[in-house]
Amino acid sequence: MSDDHGHHKETFITKYVFSQDHKMISKQFLLTGIFMAVVGTVMAALFRMQLAWPGEGFAIVNFFLGDRWAPGGVISPDMYLGLVTIHGTIMVFWLLTAGLSGTFANLLIPLQIGARDMASGFLNMLSYWFFFLATLVLLSSLFVESGPASGGWTVYPPLSALPQAIPGSGLGMDLWLIAMSFFIVGALLGGLNYIVTVINLRTKGMTMMRLPLTVWALFLTAVLGVLSFPVLFAAALLLIFDRTFGTAFYLSDIYIGGEAVSATGGSPILYEHLFWFLGHPEVYIIILPALGIASEIISVNSRKPIFGYRAMVISLLAIAGLSFIVWGHHMFITGMNPFVGAVFTFTTLLIAIPSAVKVFNYLFTLWKGNLMLTPAMMFCIAMVSTFITGGLTGIILADNALDINIHDTYFVVAHFHIVMGLSAVLAMFGGVYHWFSKLYGRMMNKTWGYVHFWTTFICAYGVFFPQHFIGMAGVPRRYYSNTAFPMFDDFVDLNILITFFAIGGTLSQIIFLVNFFYSIYRGEKATQNPWKSNTLEWTTPVEHLHGNWPGKLPVVHRWAYDYSKPGYDEDFVVQTTPLKEGELDGGRSADH
Amino acid sequence: MVELLYFIAFILVIAVVAQVLSVYGLVLVLKGGGSKDVVVTEGEGKWNGILYILYGIGFFGAYIWLYIDYKEFFLPVSASVHGMEIDKLLDFNFAMINIVFVILITLLFYYPVRYYFKKGRKALWYPENHKAEIVLTIIPSIAMIFVIVWGLKTWNSIFEEPAANAVKIELYARQFDWTARYAGEDNQLGDFNYRLIGGMNALGLKSDDPKVQDDVLVKGEFHLPVNRAVDFAFRSQEVIHSAYMPHFRAQMNCVPGMTTRFNFIPNKTTEEMRKITGNPEFDFILLCNKICGVAHYNMQMKIVVESEEDYAAWLVEQKTVKEQGIFADLESDKMTLPKTGLLAAGK
Repeated sequence: MSDDHGHHKETFITKYVFSQDHKMISKQFLLTGIFMAVVGTVMAALFRMQLAWPGEGFAIVNFFLGDRWAPGGVISPDMYLGLVTIHGTIMVFWLLTAGLSGTFANLLIPLQIGARDMASGFLNMLSYWFFFLATLVLLSSLFVESGPASGGWTVYPPLSALPQAIPGSGLGMDLWLIAMSFFIVGALLGGLNYIVTVINLRTKGMTMMRLPLTVWALFLTAVLGVLSFPVLFAAALLLIFDRTFGTAFYLSDIYIGGEAVSATGGSPILYEHLFWFLGHPEVYIIILPALGIASEIISVNSRKPIFGYRAMVISLLAIAGLSFIVWGHHMFITGMNPFVGAVFTFTTLLIAIPSAVKVFNYLFTLWKGNLMLTPAMMFCIAMVSTFITGGLTGIILADNALDINIHDTYFVVAHFHIVMGLSAVLAMFGGVYHWFSKLYGRMMNKTWGYVHFWTTFICAYGVFFPQHFIGMAGVPRRYYSNTAFPMFDDFVDLNILITFFAIGGTLSQIIFLVNFFYSIYRGEKATQNPWKSNTLEWTTPVEHLHGNWPGKLPVVHRWAYDYSKPGYDEDFVVQTTPLKEGELDGGRSADH
Repeated sequence: MVELLYFIAFILVIAVVAQVLSVYGLVLVLKGGGSKDVVVTEGEGKWNGILYILYGIGFFGAYIWLYIDYKEFFLPVSASVHGMEIDKLLDFNFAMINIVFVILITLLFYYPVRYYFKKGRKALWYPENHKAEIVLTIIPSIAMIFVIVWGLKTWNSIFEEPAANAVKIELYARQFDWTARYAGEDNQLGDFNYRLIGGMNALGLKSDDPKVQDDVLVKGEFHLPVNRAVDFAFRSQEVIHSAYMPHFRAQMNCVPGMTTRFNFIPNKTTEEMRKITGNPEFDFILLCNKICGVAHYNMQMKIVVESEEDYAAWLVEQKTVKEQGIFADLESDKMTLPKTGLLAAGK
């Protein structure tokens, strides 16, 4: 970056649309993510109504889906599966991959490492616009005649490969695959940029072991993405080939629609391997940024250094490394060799160890702190709770012998929604409340933040905790209704309760949206360092400027977590403060 | 509509929380407190801390209520030998994670009210403690190794070869029903090829394979003898299905292009299960547990487990491939095939 930052002649287009400034791109990702989250959440509320009151008509359902998909206000089975599929796709990829990483990697990496921008502003801009294109294509798939993709978000072939198998595997599936391809290109461009930026553009004194945990987490997330997304890209391309060009990578011995399919000799299990080779790291692509955000927010608001910084970094590395050799635990009962299943159980349960270390360290950090219970802090404490709750049921699901009977039941739905969905969403809310002033120069309303937090937190567990119990009765996921089985009738009232919580949780997001958009324009003006935080982003002026810092880049002299350090009057010491004579850095004490 | 009451109660709670918080804020302003030099006032910290405690009480209370109220609807005791082993392992796992769960969540929800921000208090400088970190790494490691070893022993025993006298059954899945094929007198399942599917030959069986003729095809429900191993093979016609028999703790995907296997020993008859569950209408069930299309939610088959004699009597009454004449229209196909060809005139 040249020295004339702040003096660019910018037009509306280059400033707000095709911007190459990481802060603007961060906002673009956030707003697109929020929009998609609204779409995905409303979808969930709609299909929850079908599960609570199967076959009952609702005007609101008809309002959203129209007569084509909800005649008389009852969702058709086709559209039910379509909603489930697109809900999963949106939440996993659009909100919790692009929305989460895109927002916070873009905002925090340059600001927290002391860089003027990303390594390549141009690629960064492309990353967003590929994502935007993917968004348009995915949304357009909702409006095609045969409906959106409806084979579940994992789109296993042959169901997803054969239009005869399910209507959603027609044009809707083509659009899904095209959208995912654009999405992956965007994710890769972004990820490469994040990696290069962290490696090359750290300011003077910012060693790797002085990085805030947010940057560590976002950096490792990008590494995971760059290594695993190409595999999904390959899987998607082969699926496109099978669908369009008559190849048989995933197809074998199929008889459908009154005739034998001539393409044969492939294996649907190949797709599952390719998919989950991304799919499992993907889970950590979602959760690592959440853990990073929580680490930072909990430390700042506890007014304490994060407990065991090095252990936190090592456990992030361990989780990231292990995440590549556990994908088979999604496939215990596909008929793969039982020995292979045993290996995957072993590697999967190992992940419990670094995860447990992280939880213990969060608790140690809170212990004897001086907890500033800001809305961001509330969300992050809640995030630790969901990480505990969902992580523990993961121990059961990782065990192949136990998985036999709860695979694909509501127990799984409860598990992954809590450990991955809720944890990441709660941390993302925390991140938005915490860094809102860095994005928009104003503060969000605190009181309404609390109201939003409590309603969301109550509804979050209200929706997903009871689903464990439904799963213990063997109720499968992705059922349009459970009325075909008398043994599932006992859960009708619980399903209604869950749906009330789901609707309540959806409505309570209105509080957030109003607060968010109101605060952008009318919120209280932010001060430079509202949370009294150590990290570099709070040394930049409130008003955004190209290049982030007026004048020279800050020089770093210490790690990010000197909170309540003995020998200092204030309970925080900004990273740019030089070490005193004889003072040890990195939380080490003199006796070490 | 007790649910509606819950909902109204929930809305009221929101309203109360919002009111209390805003009133509290006003009171602070009147007192001259709530100044800008603190991020969160003591009052806000205290209230939110208390709410965490209340939340924790509600959370654990709801857990206990759900457990007590819905335990009777969980899957009943396993009706297979290996299933009982799985249940033991599951019980141990639940006991273990519940202990950890209660301890960690209690601490987590207690800390906010214990340590909320007070001006002038300084947090403890406590960046690391190697001893504690090592201990807290070793404890979960030991627990995981124990669970892994136990789990893998169970897993390996489940996938051992079935006994020689096992009943051989092929479960054939297609959108959206199941067919069970018994091996018949020769105790061997006949060969198949998907290109032969058509007409009544829905499974693509080879008419020229002698092992095929005595195979028995049943739909709607299938029977198993109690206390004898059942060796299942699974196939699918077009998409991935999953044969899920929850009462036996058994599940295996049905994948087009390959045959998958699972075996277990049912150890309770349908009658016994009806007594155990106290439900005179109880039935074992096979259902599809992998999204397979529009009617996925209603792809099921009844399973009856009965004594060896009853089973034998039932099986005798079922029709074999030969008796069902599934190749009959194949023969007539051959006859009618040339109609459009040169030989059509010859008929």
